Amino acid sequence: MSENTFKVMKQRNMRRISGLTEPMRIFSQLGIYLFLFLMALIVLFPFYWMVISSLKSLAEYKLSPPTFWPKQVLLSNYADAFTTANLGTLFVNTMYVGLVSTILSLIITVLTAFAFARLEFKGKELLFGALLATMMIPGELFTITNYSTVISFGWLNTFTVLIVPFLVSIFYIYLLRQNFLQIPNELYLAAKVDGTSDFKYLWKVMVPLALPTLISITILKMMGAWNSYIWPRLVANDEAHRMITNGLRNAFTETTGDVNYPVQMAAVALVSLPLFLVFVFLRKYIMSGVSRSGIKG
Amino acid sequence: MVDSKQQWKAWLYLAPAIILLLVFTVWPIINTVSMAFLEGYSGLTKTGGDVSFKLGVGNFTHVVAHPDFQQALLNTCLLCVITVPVSTILALLIAVALNAIKPLRKALQTVFFLPYVTNSIAIGMVFAAMFNVIGSVGTRRQIISSYGIVNDVIMALGGDWVNWINSGSAYWANMLVMVVYIVWNALPFKILVLLGGLQSVNKQYYDAAKVDSTPRWRVLTRITVPLLSPMIAYVVITGFIGGFKEYTSIVGIFGEKMGPVHDPGRLNTMVGMIYDSLERDNQGGASAAALILFGIILIVTMINLYVSKKRVHY
Repeated sequence: MSENTFKVMKQRNMRRISGLTEPMRIFSQLGIYLFLFLMALIVLFPFYWMVISSLKSLAEYKLSPPTFWPKQVLLSNYADAFTTANLGTLFVNTMYVGLVSTILSLIITVLTAFAFARLEFKGKELLFGALLATMMIPGELFTITNYSTVISFGWLNTFTVLIVPFLVSIFYIYLLRQNFLQIPNELYLAAKVDGTSDFKYLWKVMVPLALPTLISITILKMMGAWNSYIWPRLVANDEAHRMITNGLRNAFTETTGDVNYPVQMAAVALVSLPLFLVFVFLRKYIMSGVSRSGIKG
Repeated sequence: MVDSKQQWKAWLYLAPAIILLLVFTVWPIINTVSMAFLEGYSGLTKTGGDVSFKLGVGNFTHVVAHPDFQQALLNTCLLCVITVPVSTILALLIAVALNAIKPLRKALQTVFFLPYVTNSIAIGMVFAAMFNVIGSVGTRRQIISSYGIVNDVIMALGGDWVNWINSGSAYWANMLVMVVYIVWNALPFKILVLLGGLQSVNKQYYDAAKVDSTPRWRVLTRITVPLLSPMIAYVVITGFIGGFKEYTSIVGIFGEKMGPVHDPGRLNTMVGMIYDSLERDNQGGASAAALILFGIILIVTMINLYVSKKRVHY
């Protein structure tokens, strides 16, 4: 279809031979930049508003028209936010859950991906296909039963309940398997001839070669822990095990009306800061993982 | 050349994943489906000793007939139908624009990816602050101290202020705020995928268009879009799947009451419905609603795949 269109287009344009003149080209480039800058401004504005609001006094925040730079920079909002939302405990809880689940998840993912990429066993393709098929099912369908399951295990309000049910991610297994498959088979056979065990080969050769993918998985998993909200609210919403996103939402239940926004924005900024740092330093790993997934966290 | 020793070893490597999957993935599929077809199934009544649930589709008819469900379905569909095309077109324009420039491309690309690495609850609270009106809105004697930055901009441009999310706000205003937030959130992923696609497009087509001095708009609609159609199909499909599972962005802006103060629950979504049923210990209803959601996602994805098969140019 498009080949035809192409022909028609060519014929039409043959009759009208006119090129973009130099001033016109500059003009259109200018338009493109203008559009991009405008969109960038819209994209960045919430971040800017979060930061400057977090530095204002409540009286200044309520000014109309608003100030676009705080008259007096008030850092005490951050201290207030830290104590109001009990951010210290929330940080520690979230980091603990994030780290433990990332390490365990990496081990399981590496072992499983290795089996699917290098080992031979009956029903391999069938099993892998079945696993991929489960990715289509919305997570809520699992949550309903898992909720009853973890209650019967007596896991309610523990760290275990936040870690164990999500250790296996089919997507990560898929990602790593693809990566493992790219490593030439000759390497494996040579190692076999040398009498290297499968396990040693996996740790000494495959894992180092697949390091970028493993880093991507680590970052996505940590971000997942940082941003998880629904499951923790359901199963571990007590003081001792609460995660950061829940803590933030619980500490500031009101979003509309007469709220102490500067403190709330300071808390939001503190929660966003680690994500921002990860973004600045590890962007390329996130981008390469994300473009293949289409899922957040 | 599959010897039994390697068989045995492979299963050893797979064991941790298989055990966890059996408990947290396979069993839930079986159990959720069976709960959905046991009428009025509830964990509480079951532990109470009453295990005689009638087999049938009662849960489904009950869920579908519930006005809350109809509202949630409407909200979810509206959000999907509006945000997916808007964010896709916007992302396409931005990706094409980024691809057309050289200086500052990397910097702008970074800026546009920034919303991806955010916490949707946290930034939802920022959006709420931007749309919030401080003062006694919705009461008989309105005293307003600040209209919020969005209204300030509208008023500076000569418009009227709007009660976006406060008590007494209109449904369309709430929805508009959600659309703005969801589009803002959805842009980075779409730009990333589309720009990646653009950079792998064969430059010959554009050179030909240049020789023929084809207008920019026509290059976009006749060359870029057809060549990018696989990527566009991909972002549309993942957009719809994500859209039907919308939940936390609404919690971010409106809180767990899922609506403005005067009408909580008004903006509830399908996923929100499922969790509400679960918290009321109505597992049968929650399972039925989850299966309905799965069915809808499956159908929408099929339609998308069917349409893209006809329209996608490879």
